[in-house]
Amino acid sequence: MTAHVTQMKTAAETALAAEFVAAKAALPGTAAVGALRESAFAVIAEKGLPHRRVEHWHYTDLRSAMRDAKPLAGLPDAAALAAAKAAIVPHARPGLAKLVLLDGSFVPELSDLADLPQGVQVMPMAKALAEGNSEVIARLGALEVAQGDHALALNASFMSDGVVIVVAADAEVKAPLNLIHLRSNAATASFARSLVLVNAGAKFTLIEAYESTAGRAADVEAQLNDALEIVVGEGAEVEHVLLQQLPRATLALTTMTVDLAAQSAFNSFALVLGAGLSRRQLYVRYSGEHAKAGLRGASLLKDRQHADTTLIMDHAVPNGESRELFKHVLDGASTGVYQGKVIVRPHAQKTDGGMKSNALLLSDDATMNNKPELEIFADDVVCGHGATVGALDEDLLFYLMARGLPKAEAERLLIQAFVGEAIEFVSAEPLRDALNGHVDAWLSER
Amino acid sequence: MAAVQETVDTVKLIDVDQYKYGFFTEIETDKAPKGLSEDIVRFISAKKNEPEWMLEWRLEAYRRWLTMPRPEWARVDYPEIDYQDLYYYSAPKSTAGPKSIDDVDPELLRVYEKLGIPLREQEILAGVQTSKIAVDAVFDSVSVVTTFKEELKKAGVIFCSISEAVQEHPDLVRKHLGTVISSNDNYYATLNAAVFSDGSFVYIPEGTRCPMELSTYFRINEKNTGQFERTLIIAEKGSYVSYLEGCTAPQRDENQLHAACVELIAMEDAEIKYSTVQNWYPGDSEGKGGIYNFVTKRGDCRGARSKISWTQVETGSAITWKYPSVILRGDESRGEFYSIAISNGRQQVDSGTKMIHLGKNTSSRIISKGIAAGRSDNTYRGQVSAHRKATNARNFTNCDSLLIGDQCGAHTVPYMEAKNATAVFEHEATTSKISEDQLFYCQARGLSAEEATAVIVNGFVKDVLQHLPMEFAVEAQKLIAISLEGSVG
Repeated sequence: MTAHVTQMKTAAETALAAEFVAAKAALPGTAAVGALRESAFAVIAEKGLPHRRVEHWHYTDLRSAMRDAKPLAGLPDAAALAAAKAAIVPHARPGLAKLVLLDGSFVPELSDLADLPQGVQVMPMAKALAEGNSEVIARLGALEVAQGDHALALNASFMSDGVVIVVAADAEVKAPLNLIHLRSNAATASFARSLVLVNAGAKFTLIEAYESTAGRAADVEAQLNDALEIVVGEGAEVEHVLLQQLPRATLALTTMTVDLAAQSAFNSFALVLGAGLSRRQLYVRYSGEHAKAGLRGASLLKDRQHADTTLIMDHAVPNGESRELFKHVLDGASTGVYQGKVIVRPHAQKTDGGMKSNALLLSDDATMNNKPELEIFADDVVCGHGATVGALDEDLLFYLMARGLPKAEAERLLIQAFVGEAIEFVSAEPLRDALNGHVDAWLSER
Repeated sequence: MAAVQETVDTVKLIDVDQYKYGFFTEIETDKAPKGLSEDIVRFISAKKNEPEWMLEWRLEAYRRWLTMPRPEWARVDYPEIDYQDLYYYSAPKSTAGPKSIDDVDPELLRVYEKLGIPLREQEILAGVQTSKIAVDAVFDSVSVVTTFKEELKKAGVIFCSISEAVQEHPDLVRKHLGTVISSNDNYYATLNAAVFSDGSFVYIPEGTRCPMELSTYFRINEKNTGQFERTLIIAEKGSYVSYLEGCTAPQRDENQLHAACVELIAMEDAEIKYSTVQNWYPGDSEGKGGIYNFVTKRGDCRGARSKISWTQVETGSAITWKYPSVILRGDESRGEFYSIAISNGRQQVDSGTKMIHLGKNTSSRIISKGIAAGRSDNTYRGQVSAHRKATNARNFTNCDSLLIGDQCGAHTVPYMEAKNATAVFEHEATTSKISEDQLFYCQARGLSAEEATAVIVNGFVKDVLQHLPMEFAVEAQKLIAISLEGSVG
């Protein structure tokens, strides 16, 4: 009775299929990894790229945004390495070890492997895949709630390299580890996959940065689809901070999955400033009781930028606590998307969940799409969500201007305060200062 | 905080196995052959003696429907419906057309008596019933009687079945039908456009305040029939109407399909208040039987300062798929949605609203309370959007859910889409709205924390219920007692 509509494959979908056939033999990994790639690509072959009729991708139509699939980025050449070397100079800080990925490939010669903090071990993902490291492979795509995800499946199909970071049990790593994702100035697609295993009782901070070796003005159309899986052991505490400043011509998909053991704590903050189209996906699963997670972030967008933050908090066990706070500041004709879903599974009693999304529209052409979702199957929980969209408060502006501040300055103060509410949760002061500095820089360019 | 005992008990009272309207009446019927085809569409149209344009409209919808996929985004799960296994037209044999109450089969009148729906005007006037309501009674596929037509006519109000309107006021119907919900709007609305058999038609002329409450009462009686009714309400400039809708069905083991469309049009300064108490048979406690309720309801605030308000109390149906919406086209127009949805047994509710802000200075308000018990799933799904030109659009949304027991689910899926910087949208949960101040105030007067919460929340629920007209108070009574403490946002 109902007609079956067969969707035509887009140029990008056709190219991806051809690329997969051509590249799969050369991609790193044992037979087990090969099987993983095959089953991941089957998802894409069957469903195609996600489009607006796929509920989870309703506001970010990847199918129409991805006009073509760029060729896979190969190993970086000498010129790219030289550019990368120059690009990481500002990141050099005494006592802060860095790991550098260039177009999805781990670059040991630019990384501080010799100066890693005590208790931290690093191995290239390509090596783990090629050697068939069973501990690593077993963790890949293991988080149930993220299974079937389009972006993650695409990453698993083409993942080339990345890093595996292992933090020893009870290690108190004071200095953060700096993971720098660089894109060279090439119209390619990169697929990095990283894994962070934080063993029981350890404390660890990871800072991620996304940028191009050619700076923010680079106009080469690059694509990246990275995934980072974090396993937080019992009683371990992990903090994660991300700064994305990719050029406008870049299409960036990043997925982070977090598996929380009992009594563990995880806090993440992301500042999104760059990329023409970006989508951050976060999947958090509570595997042990009394775990706490806080996901926060701010996206400052202008012109025609589109940034999507989509997250799922999966409370599978009782007594979990989750907090989300996301801020969008939208100028020009930019679009912000926030989709947050808190799932409380049957019997996950005493879950405490709080989700908040606030958006500030600075222009009449800006758009905010907000979808804070609750899916609750337990009756003794406290879950709430709040979402607001609006312009700068006229009364507050008036108040500040009445005290002699010029309008631009008054606006600036209010936006700083708005974003600052989320940055506040980053525990280290130098990090907070650095993030606020980036917000100020964005504001002065307005 | 878990639900308090009082709430648990009250919800139990209206549990699925307590369904009171499950009786079936033997009435001789005139049915279309089973199945769905262009011929059936022609059959229905011919039965109604419809003009050619109406048939064309139906056929276009039918052809379009054949190409549409079944929507799958809602959080409801049901087996593929065999559209060929249904009767699309079933009418009590005795009613060949609209007529006075004296011509109505006494058997039918007894049905409505049993349901507590007053159809005899003289009884109502004699004070058997306390207040005056005009009723359009729809039995399976057709409207059997419409009361108080004469009196309404004096005020210039047209209130009749839609089939009658097609005959007697074809210009009005042709001008407005399908202008709010187009004939190819969505899967179920398109099916409805093709096969709708009856429904109510209301026209309130300019500057008229409808002298009484209008209502329609839907009853599905026959086995294996689908009920597809279509209601069209037009409120001209400066007019006001309050409309009530009630529904019940017999207790059966098979699922029955109900796919209705309601279109409301409010011109300048007009106000339409539409209230529903939906109590279709919900199926038994194991999920056997029950009505599949796929309804498209949409109001169009076409004129400036117009207002449309939806109030619904949803307790029935195996599956509810229903999103009464308001298109805020006129400047300074206002849309409201008040809903209490209670699910029990194996019921699945996916309901909410859409407020589409198009005009300047438009405002909308959404208050939704979902209560899930048994093994049911209760989802609020609401969309609020402000388009580029919707300067100063305002929305306030508050949706709370309460779970009773750990085998049910309560979900909230709000979509907020703002394309205008001056739009202010707020979405909140009650938990944050019960202020510390209010709690402190009550507690300072000797109430325990739980009692204080109950008092505040109860007051709030009553606030929603008071948007229901008095006539529905009896049905709503059971729900008034329900308190919502322990609600999750």
